[in-house]
Amino acid sequence: MFNLQSWTSAIHAWMLGMMPEWAAILIECVVVALLIITLYAVFAIVLIYMERKVCAFFQCRLGPNRVGKWGLLQVFSDVFKMLQKEIINMRKSDMFLHDLAPFLVVTASMLTFACLPWNKGGHIIDFNVGLFFMVAVSSIGVVGILLAGLGSNSKYPMIGSMRAGAQLISYEISIGITMLTVVALSGTMQISEIVQQQADNGWNIVRGHVPAVIAFLIYLIAGNAECNRGPFDLPEGESELTAGYHTEYSGMHFGFFYLAEYLNLFIAAGIATTLFLGGWAPLHIAGLDGFNGVMDAIPGAVWFIGKTFFVIFLLMWERWTFPRLRIDHILSLEWKYLMPISLLNLLLMALVVVFGLGINV
Amino acid sequence: MAEMNYFEGLAAGLKTLCVGLKTTMRELFTKKITEQYPENRKELKMFDRFRGSLVMPHNENNEHKCIACGLCMTNCPNGTITVTSQMVETEDGKKKKVLDKYIYDQGICMYCEICVRVCPQNAITFDQSFETAVFDRAKLVKQLNKPGSKCEERKPVARPAAAPKPAAPKPETANAAEAAKEEKPQENNKTE
Repeated sequence: MFNLQSWTSAIHAWMLGMMPEWAAILIECVVVALLIITLYAVFAIVLIYMERKVCAFFQCRLGPNRVGKWGLLQVFSDVFKMLQKEIINMRKSDMFLHDLAPFLVVTASMLTFACLPWNKGGHIIDFNVGLFFMVAVSSIGVVGILLAGLGSNSKYPMIGSMRAGAQLISYEISIGITMLTVVALSGTMQISEIVQQQADNGWNIVRGHVPAVIAFLIYLIAGNAECNRGPFDLPEGESELTAGYHTEYSGMHFGFFYLAEYLNLFIAAGIATTLFLGGWAPLHIAGLDGFNGVMDAIPGAVWFIGKTFFVIFLLMWERWTFPRLRIDHILSLEWKYLMPISLLNLLLMALVVVFGLGINV
Repeated sequence: MAEMNYFEGLAAGLKTLCVGLKTTMRELFTKKITEQYPENRKELKMFDRFRGSLVMPHNENNEHKCIACGLCMTNCPNGTITVTSQMVETEDGKKKKVLDKYIYDQGICMYCEICVRVCPQNAITFDQSFETAVFDRAKLVKQLNKPGSKCEERKPVARPAAAPKPAAPKPETANAAEAAKEEKPQENNKTE
């Protein structure tokens, strides 16, 4: 398996030969941050294009196909349009909170984005409570959404952000419990360790059989809710709230919300991939050594991104199938169904772990 | 009881969600219905019930079916149609109303199709043409009857065939009498 660790340590040693350690680390941090932000933008563009096409095909349409071949330049022209737009300041709005909110949302999703295991040795933020950290920073986004509603001094953003707050805090519980299910199976919270175990012993969704599959399904539902997407997109509910919490935003401030929405989708899918589908671990079938050898030759980053896009497709499938729920239905789905089921599922997983019923490939 | 409702509801909900997912997955692979209009205008075929613009079909002898009764004109909500008629004397000395001009102003038509529905002769219909944009409103005012056209002679067999009704015997005889009256002039024409 291709290991990025040797490359990064070689670069680090080479830089230490030229400058003091603090300067080397500073430069490395800046380079990695730039890399992450670039990746962030690239994935946002890919995802917006994919969303439009997948949505169109689910609705028996063709989707964008006029700007560039197959409409490939549509998203770029949208980005340029967004960059040119004026940022309008509302009268009597809380200017500071209003301008701060999109940055909080984007920062939260970028921090979470940096936690994803891109390759073996290709982790950016990786320490012993990595999963915990991931949940913590992804929750900062809720603050941004609430501030967007509060700072706009307008009724629609306020209602939208209150709905978003109620929804995100509720669904965070299911997400936390499903993550705990995986932590119970792996015995660690370190993301690189979780993925390494899956590379050695088989993907978690196979290892943990029934409880892992249930946890994966619950995660797919709660993950869509966490991104404010799909049947759970009533914080933006355009039919009654114009655009929900980002009604009063224009130009790139709105662009940040838009960007964060799509990247949260990528992150939700990326976490699902990390926890259940083996992260960068290639597909191994026990006993087929030739097949496993071919799979090993594909780099881990390709595996990770490929699996993530598969999960994104599942999430989009979910989004474009189901109609939007009402707020009380959303909350009753979480508190009456998903949370009790995921708690029982955690118990089941504990039994599986205690009695050693997991399948080790 | 309540517990049973909970589990039944959960199972039913899961089942319906799966039905929805199956439907959209099938839709993902169906042929897309998008018409890419300017490119495909050669082979674009509108559906049968499409209301393009009002036309009056003429047969090969340049004859239409309009009897200038004016029902379409009186029923039109927008006053789109203007029927002008004139009285002519037929060869056997009867006065007959014939169509002079059938004017249709497409600019104020709302395509409700009431005119087509009220027409007793099926003389007018909507075709599938929709490229009707022009720069001058006056061009949208069209005369539907072709120059030199005349009303199609009514076929004598049409009425009696439609007449027999099992439920109401009295109107039937009345209809038959009417039909006989109508047939007479036709026969006269033939003999002459």
